[in-house]
Amino acid sequence: MTSTAPAPPAPASLEDLTRGLWRENPVLVQMLGLCPTLAVTNAVANGIAMGLATTFVLLGSSLMVASLRRFIPNEVRITSYVLIIATFVTIADFVLEALVPGIHKQLGAFIALIVVNCIILGRAEAFASRVTVRRAALDAIGMGAGFTAILLLMSATREVLGSGALLGHPLFGPGFEPWVIMVLPPGGFLTLGILLLLLAWRAKRRSLGGRSR
Amino acid sequence: MTESHPHGMTVGAASPARTPSGRLLVTLGLAGALAGGLIVSVYQATLPRIEAHRAALVEAAVREVLKNPTRWDTLYLEPNGLTRKLPAGADPARAERVFWGYDGRDRPVGAAIVAGQPGFADVVTLMFGLDPASGTVLGMKVLGSKETPGLGDRIERDTAFTSQFPGALTPLLGVKTRVGRDPSQVAVITGATISSRTVIRIINQATARWRPLLQRYGERGSP
Repeated sequence: MTSTAPAPPAPASLEDLTRGLWRENPVLVQMLGLCPTLAVTNAVANGIAMGLATTFVLLGSSLMVASLRRFIPNEVRITSYVLIIATFVTIADFVLEALVPGIHKQLGAFIALIVVNCIILGRAEAFASRVTVRRAALDAIGMGAGFTAILLLMSATREVLGSGALLGHPLFGPGFEPWVIMVLPPGGFLTLGILLLLLAWRAKRRSLGGRSR
Repeated sequence: MTESHPHGMTVGAASPARTPSGRLLVTLGLAGALAGGLIVSVYQATLPRIEAHRAALVEAAVREVLKNPTRWDTLYLEPNGLTRKLPAGADPARAERVFWGYDGRDRPVGAAIVAGQPGFADVVTLMFGLDPASGTVLGMKVLGSKETPGLGDRIERDTAFTSQFPGALTPLLGVKTRVGRDPSQVAVITGATISSRTVIRIINQATARWRPLLQRYGERGSP
């Protein structure tokens, strides 16, 4: 291999799949895709729909970018990636409106905004354009699952506290006073902030514990 | 995979490979055409279902605000009044319309009107039923709003608020607490005054606009 060859020779591995789940989680570690993470996690149904739609776009565009990587000239690669991503987003938009119109209405402009989700363009440019189709697919599934898992965690926390319900089913009796702020925009920042705080606290304890031992 | 990369997808900028402009144009043109073709075919495949959902939403709302009419006509707005036929050349998706309902004995019960105005967060769209002869509201249903969850969105859910509309007499008057039996008074929701008053304003302005047209249509006699 010459030094200019971009593809790492590594074969597909389990690591490609699991990387996005935790160690390089797009939201918690890479801090990408925060806009939908904050905006549409006020109900579990919205979180799941946004997670799955993003995973679909991520998988579709990673597959396309990886399989076309030798035909896309370097000069117009970003244009091509955005075109590929926008095509999958438009398809997801139509399909969601046809299958789940209620959720489509709730998500509103955030479906179209998947086009500018940094996770997708980031994975296309940094990973899918340099590796085999199989590795790109595994990476997309892992990153998509990691993103969906965080949306699920945040939306479950916010819906339970802010609406006293899970997937629309009331959990508590009429005596429960919902913390309305949790389903409002500040609730998104609070939930994500506390989540990151817990992670940082855990990482610090681990490093301290490692040193004392 | 150790194939060579003839098109020079270099990572660094050390030796930027030049691609001929013609090839760039062909690549982007082809990609655009492919993407366009794909999008149009998915659009056409999903359109019937999307339109069916929209029609079902309107139908359910008409049934609710006109208290289960037996049937209804769609009336389109044209320069000299309302007509059952879509004016020639009008775009069926954009033409302004109301729904004119009939009861079991084929007597007109009133009209369902869709209207919207900016509320607290975004445009509030609602449908309400109006008896044009008396000016009485028959029912009200919010079709779309982004009002604050837990506060402003009570205009959709709070039955103490929504139940005031059937039987209310236009023009409506938003009050803090209803006094006496004045049928035009509507008590607004505490903590959601702007959203409540938006609903009242939408109904009043749409009534002012549509009631004369509906009265004229009613007088001409329904077929």
